Amino acid sequence: MPKWITQVGCPYCGASCDDLEVLVSDDGKRVLETRNACAIGNEIFHHAQSPSRPKLPRMRQPDGSMKEVSYDEAIDYTAKTLLAAKKPLIYGFGSTNCEGMSAVARVAEKGGAVLDNCASICHGPSFLAIFDNGYPSCTLGEAKNRADVVVFWGCNPMHAHPRHTSRYSIFPRGTFTAKGQMTRTIICVDPRETDTAKLADHHLMVKQGHDYDLFDAFRTVLRGHDIPDEVAGIPKKTILDAAKVMKNARFVMIFFGMGCTHTDGRNHNVDIAISLTRDLNAHTKASIMAMRGHYNIAGPGQVWSWQFGFPYCIDLSKGTHAHMNPGETSSIDLAMRGEIDCFVNVGTDAGAHFPIRAVEQLKKHPFITVDPNICMASEISDLHIPVRVVGVEEPGVVYRMDNVPIQFKKVVDGPEGVPSDEELFDRVYERMCELTETEPIWLLAKDHAKAATNAEQ
Amino acid sequence: MTKKIVLNMITQRSIEEGVAMEKGKTTPEYFKACSIVEMNPEDMKKLGIWKNTSVRVTSEVGSVIVTAKEPTQFCPPGLAHIRQGVWANQVVPPRTQSTGTPQYSGFPVTIEPAIDERVKTALELVQGSVGLWKGGN
Amino acid sequence: MAEILIRNGFVIDPTRNINGDVADIAIKDGKIVESVGASAKVIDATGKTVMAGGVDVHAHVAGPKVNVGRLMRPEDKLHKSPHAQKNYRMESGFSIPSTFKTGYDYARMGYAFVMEAAMPPLHAPHVHEEIHDTPIIDQAALPVFANNWFVFEYLRNGEIENAAAYIAWLLKATKGYGIKVVNPGGTAAWAWGLNCLTLNDPVPYFDITPAEIITGLMKTNEYLGLPHSMHIHQNDLGNPGNYEITLESLRLAEGVAAKNNFGRDTVMHSTHIQFHSYGGDSWGTFESRAREVMDYVNKQKNISIDLGCVTLDETTTMTADGPFEHHITNLNHLKWANTDVEVETAAGVVPYVYDKNIKVSGIQWAIGLEMGLYAADPMRTFITTDHPNAGPFTRYPRIIKWLMSKQAREETLASFKHTDKVIDATNIHSMDRELSLFEIAQMTRAGPAKALGLSGMFGGLSVGMDASVGIFDLNVNDMPSDPEAIEKAFARACWFIKSGEIIVKDGDIVSHGNKRTIWVKPNVAENPQVIRDIEDKFLKDYSVGSDTYQVRDYLAPNPYVIEFDVEA
Repeated sequence: MPKWITQVGCPYCGASCDDLEVLVSDDGKRVLETRNACAIGNEIFHHAQSPSRPKLPRMRQPDGSMKEVSYDEAIDYTAKTLLAAKKPLIYGFGSTNCEGMSAVARVAEKGGAVLDNCASICHGPSFLAIFDNGYPSCTLGEAKNRADVVVFWGCNPMHAHPRHTSRYSIFPRGTFTAKGQMTRTIICVDPRETDTAKLADHHLMVKQGHDYDLFDAFRTVLRGHDIPDEVAGIPKKTILDAAKVMKNARFVMIFFGMGCTHTDGRNHNVDIAISLTRDLNAHTKASIMAMRGHYNIAGPGQVWSWQFGFPYCIDLSKGTHAHMNPGETSSIDLAMRGEIDCFVNVGTDAGAHFPIRAVEQLKKHPFITVDPNICMASEISDLHIPVRVVGVEEPGVVYRMDNVPIQFKKVVDGPEGVPSDEELFDRVYERMCELTETEPIWLLAKDHAKAATNAEQ
Repeated sequence: MTKKIVLNMITQRSIEEGVAMEKGKTTPEYFKACSIVEMNPEDMKKLGIWKNTSVRVTSEVGSVIVTAKEPTQFCPPGLAHIRQGVWANQVVPPRTQSTGTPQYSGFPVTIEPAIDERVKTALELVQGSVGLWKGGN
Repeated sequence: MAEILIRNGFVIDPTRNINGDVADIAIKDGKIVESVGASAKVIDATGKTVMAGGVDVHAHVAGPKVNVGRLMRPEDKLHKSPHAQKNYRMESGFSIPSTFKTGYDYARMGYAFVMEAAMPPLHAPHVHEEIHDTPIIDQAALPVFANNWFVFEYLRNGEIENAAAYIAWLLKATKGYGIKVVNPGGTAAWAWGLNCLTLNDPVPYFDITPAEIITGLMKTNEYLGLPHSMHIHQNDLGNPGNYEITLESLRLAEGVAAKNNFGRDTVMHSTHIQFHSYGGDSWGTFESRAREVMDYVNKQKNISIDLGCVTLDETTTMTADGPFEHHITNLNHLKWANTDVEVETAAGVVPYVYDKNIKVSGIQWAIGLEMGLYAADPMRTFITTDHPNAGPFTRYPRIIKWLMSKQAREETLASFKHTDKVIDATNIHSMDRELSLFEIAQMTRAGPAKALGLSGMFGGLSVGMDASVGIFDLNVNDMPSDPEAIEKAFARACWFIKSGEIIVKDGDIVSHGNKRTIWVKPNVAENPQVIRDIEDKFLKDYSVGSDTYQVRDYLAPNPYVIEFDVEA
């Protein structure tokens, strides 16, 4: 009998839904059906079955073609390449679990690499703002249970986080928001009339790139000062009305996205968004949250903060201590300055998502992709190593956009012989230790192999 | 004389892109979802093109041929949108304002009709840029 | 595991009333034994002090708010991270060190056990991930309960048995250790931007008061017979004049008797009491009320406390007392992080500089030490800094120095900008007491182990106990005249053996040890109502599923589970 597995986590967006139900075949190898998933999540569970998925590493040959090689060979190549490089960059991690991130951190520290994650090109500016101004936030259940005014600023969950509005932000009936959408006033700030803006009670069609001005106007109004007749393309009255809605709310929830971080001003837009949240707390309760893109892109920010003290752009090449300075130690800047002499793309697709000029720079040196699927990065790599799909074939801890840890399940077995990210990178680390004639003691420390006692009274 | 128009470009996520990406970046779905530029019909008129026409989008760092579409989500005149992905990133400036994050949104592009030009596939664009493309032109 | 013999040290073991006798300590298979064979590794401790491994009753070392602090404060790393030793992981951070540095630093000071003081249950997997990445030391974590909707509802209806069944379920689900109370009711009120500043302020929407929450949780704790007592961070932390509400909360323990099989006599642990012993009615009239609070603590035998000493550093405050962090950011205007956690709790993080040039900082410094010096029973008075709130745990050796040396205190007092004002507002200048090594061992080892119900494992050197032993460069018959030597000796143990394995040699880490996660599993009779309530809340109020919530076993790969049946 096929079996329904419940409370399954979805390895797509930062909403990290954990209420999917997946029907699995008798033999536990195939996904037959999913429930509760959005269109994208559904696609992931079904795509994992694709017969075209690679099951062995592929190495590029002198003629430009790719040839299948063994995992041992791939691991040996990766270990040697990392050791030979002066400043390797290991980047990605939008789509893997925290166990994998820890394993990569051991490899990066051993190899003196730069460790960076997709935040570098997404919410990195939000980190910069948090460094300067903090982060008054909450878990998504708080938004669901309390928020009566929800602001979407430069984000479009109807497209990027398809179930966000139904699980957390617009529609759900929460403890103190018993009438769901009826309880909430929605404000959307976006230069386009997005599908999220269409759901809003107030759409402020800000002039693209002028977010800072508009935030500033809100702060000015909340402090009781006058503003010009029009700011950032928005008439004064519209701003005053929206400010009043926020001020009179019981709980204001501000979600912001790439509309703030990808454009002029970057971190300054987020910085002033945080200041606005602080200001609102003088009047009522207000919280702010970055709409993190991937299901575990908050993960590396957590794992590496506890391991190295920094969430991203971590330069370990000094060998003695970690160093972070976005703009200097960030992937795109390093690539454009030609400082990177080996690139490892893990659980993302830099080939598709970096500006092509940066890809061209990185491709001048060894280029390795670790990802379950064929992607743009894999197709220009010198080596592509397939791994199991987290959330489908591999369990693990992931961090939702509100930094709540969600323990993902495995629903089917992965292809035979294909390792998880963690297993793969642990083997790379062991190989690096062999090559440098050192003991793989960090792995022993990981397992704390010796202890394990149980007491009963 | 070919008409040209300068628009402000943003590149952002869409659900069509998301679904197609998970299906695979070499699939027709991904091509269809991402090899387009959305612009206001008024701007198309200024450019003298119909919807579904190939256009060349050129920024400070490069250019790409995409298909002009009427926005599925309203874009005001002056603003253009290419969904995030391979085609967008042919023109995204890698400059980061010293933050690490490229200028994915809010950069000027010139758009001109390119009626007879072919929209390249994702693989052709990416492999082509690093000298690995073995297909034809 | 190898046998070890520690020879000729001055042994200080308050659990057996041994005070500096020269003796040998034998170790085998991770435990203290009577004797070992001739092949045992011999460590010569001649002229040095030998104590059990340290036990930290309260520190914020693992979990979401600690990590918010790390993430938010890159400046905490600048010039403050030692360079990596060969084979050991890079270390980073000063007030909020990385997990690796946390483990190494505690080991360097000869500490064997550390209690993570506040675990938001929803974030329990995160806490355990960090504990897993903290080498060497044994750790446990206290889930927070005093702003939890289940607890409110059960206690409001006087349903101790249901509260107990829920807490037992949650301890198991989160692999937690006991009952932590933080600003009872006030943190729940903070979800609406409010607070509970007296014991009788009703919690919005829940028709319960802080006093009722405290009393109810204390009763529930004894109903379950947990190893540790209820562990409380009281209301109105950090404000002038708060000592009255502190005394009022402490009095709630009167008449409550400890009931457990773990050798614990206390029913309330009042944590970082320095922050709760303030007089005056403004920052201008701010003054010490350490004496009033300690007079009460000294005579009320079922209470234990820890100090929460201010160390005069730039540090990072972090607490589940959400409204308090908002209050601080409005005082010092530094960056502020906050995380309200659905159904359960909240937390805030704000950097803070305890500056010698600021009068209030000086007074706070004095109050923490005064409380230690007024202590009549060092077995109920423990040294902490509420790490990192009043200062980093790496300053424990400095606090020991201050407590052991009037000269050291006077030197610090004299270095203040407002020495006279600090003297006027405190009693420290007139206090001559200097604590002994024996008392320090009580306050950092035997005492906290007993209060935690771990006296069978930690805090002493009896045969059968866990073989965690620190050897410090102090000669009890010839104590250094320079107090700095005391600080130096405790900052870097000559040797530290953790559960039978040599971890530190000459102050340097030589092994990643054999870490354990300790958690408590009280077995209660099945309670259908509570099971229904749990299912209901996960459907309605939480944003995660009940499966997702429960910490999977592999996240705590080396558990030491204290499991017992609760007698109804």
